[in-house]
Amino acid sequence: MSVTAKTFAQKALERGSGVSDLKPGMIVDVAPDVYMSHTASWRCIKTFEKLKGATILHPERIAMVMDHISPAPTAQVAGYHRLCRDFARKHGLVNFFDVNAGIAHLVLMEKGLVRPGEILIGTDSHSTIYGALGSFGTGVGFSELTAAWVTGTLWMLVPESMKINLDGRLSKGVYPKDIMLKLIGDLTADGATYYSLEFEGSLTASLSISERMTLCNLAMELGTKNAYVRPDEKTYEYLARAGVKDPARNALLPDAGAQYAKVLDIDISALEPQIACPHVVDNVKPISAVAGTKVDQVFIGSCANAKYDDLVEAADILKGKRIADSVRLLVTPGSRETMKQAADNGILSTLIDAGALITNPGCGACAGDGGAMDKGEVTISTANRNFRGRMGSYDAEIYLASPATAAASAIAGVITDPREMMR
Amino acid sequence: MSTKKLGGPCVKLGDHINSDVIIPGRYLTSIDPAELATHAFEPLGKEFQERLLKAKVVVAGKNFGCGSAREQAASCLIGAGIEAVVAESFARVFFRNAINTGLVVVQSSEAVAAIEDGDDVEVDVGSGQIHVNGRSFSFPSYPKSLTHIVEAGGLMPYVAQKLEREAAQR
Repeated sequence: MSVTAKTFAQKALERGSGVSDLKPGMIVDVAPDVYMSHTASWRCIKTFEKLKGATILHPERIAMVMDHISPAPTAQVAGYHRLCRDFARKHGLVNFFDVNAGIAHLVLMEKGLVRPGEILIGTDSHSTIYGALGSFGTGVGFSELTAAWVTGTLWMLVPESMKINLDGRLSKGVYPKDIMLKLIGDLTADGATYYSLEFEGSLTASLSISERMTLCNLAMELGTKNAYVRPDEKTYEYLARAGVKDPARNALLPDAGAQYAKVLDIDISALEPQIACPHVVDNVKPISAVAGTKVDQVFIGSCANAKYDDLVEAADILKGKRIADSVRLLVTPGSRETMKQAADNGILSTLIDAGALITNPGCGACAGDGGAMDKGEVTISTANRNFRGRMGSYDAEIYLASPATAAASAIAGVITDPREMMR
Repeated sequence: MSTKKLGGPCVKLGDHINSDVIIPGRYLTSIDPAELATHAFEPLGKEFQERLLKAKVVVAGKNFGCGSAREQAASCLIGAGIEAVVAESFARVFFRNAINTGLVVVQSSEAVAAIEDGDDVEVDVGSGQIHVNGRSFSFPSYPKSLTHIVEAGGLMPYVAQKLEREAAQR
């Protein structure tokens, strides 16, 4: 054990700040490698335009994605989108992605803008997802993102680190979503506030990149600053496909012997499907506790669970079946690439045949764009938040679960354990 | 700002008050604090909203502001005339957004336990004290390295001042 052994967060922020020997609790200015802003970009632009004498320091580091509230439902929002388009053209932004692209987080990863060891800030709390590729991703407000455009830097607190060793095997009908819901229920919504959360263990290593994304995305619901899975051959293959040259160039691995404020060892072999009940994400129960609850709407979407394999997971259950007459099933593919792959491989046909409405890729109903509920209605969703009023009426309810649980519930019209519908 | 005494009547809330409750996503089409304030805490009902507009301090339990990165969760409170938030703890992005928008946020579990809904609460940023019902509670000051942002009244005013200084030197 070395006295200078470092966590991932220490290494990433040392690289980003140029300051060595960072300790938790220190505040440093770091220079992020990528500044992601979604539809909130218009807020950044308006903030930027109020600054006299401001210029954009690194236009190539800006990534803008029109994913929330898109395509524009009103003239006001159309104006905001147009503001972003015009700004992107005027400043020569090479990474502007319009309403056809999908959810910012997924688009950035597919386009090779998320690289191991690099720091990404985003105007979205779920920027923790970038840890799935060994990157340091963290959510910020629109003013600070604008400040980064102008100054190239942003203050960051060096976080304490927490390590969660996931071991064992996922049993049939149980997915990374269930692991995270269980963790959030056990640790609560502030169980890892301001922590850098490193996922380790044999199970983590066995997961696909898409599954690691689900882990790191939902880590936000524990309050984390960022999440991390150590990059490996799977990561580098994914990045190579995304067009990243020399993807391991800046990769950072935590040292053996680094200091963790908390270490948890979890064997998930006995885990059952989990569900987050209204109106907070840490109100988690095993599915048996609420099975049979009537649902009006099922939403398969969001940066947590609308990737290609999430759609396959749902399609495997829905194949050859019909959803209940009392249910509407909304499927919002995470990105254009996801949608195309699902179309090419017959997944969309399977979902449509089962009665699904396929919407344009993007945040969709998770961000309150379409899929609103009347008072008293219930949705089971694959998203990451079930806060009151997030999908329509303040008197409607949202449950959160895996795509398999959502699909099984769509068929039955009531919350259903997916294992009952798996052959 | 560092010597300012803030405060007045408070509204008190529980743990884990999330960003969608503070300002629902449907209103993020605005960045005007005054306009946002008319929708602050809408899910909690009209009566609470009316009390908010008369209050100067929001008091809350653990993890206030959890959820989304929306900066309007802080700016809507400024628009509603809130001068300070006293909580047991804050969610990370809310804390950042508060510092960056110039909203005073202080942590004290003891003060939160002692404050009843509707009490007059005074937050003395200069001395690091919360005064309520004749009792005083200290809170940790902001990290020194953030003083320049806090004293400028937020991040954008700080950046604007910095740009002005740079322009003057040219």
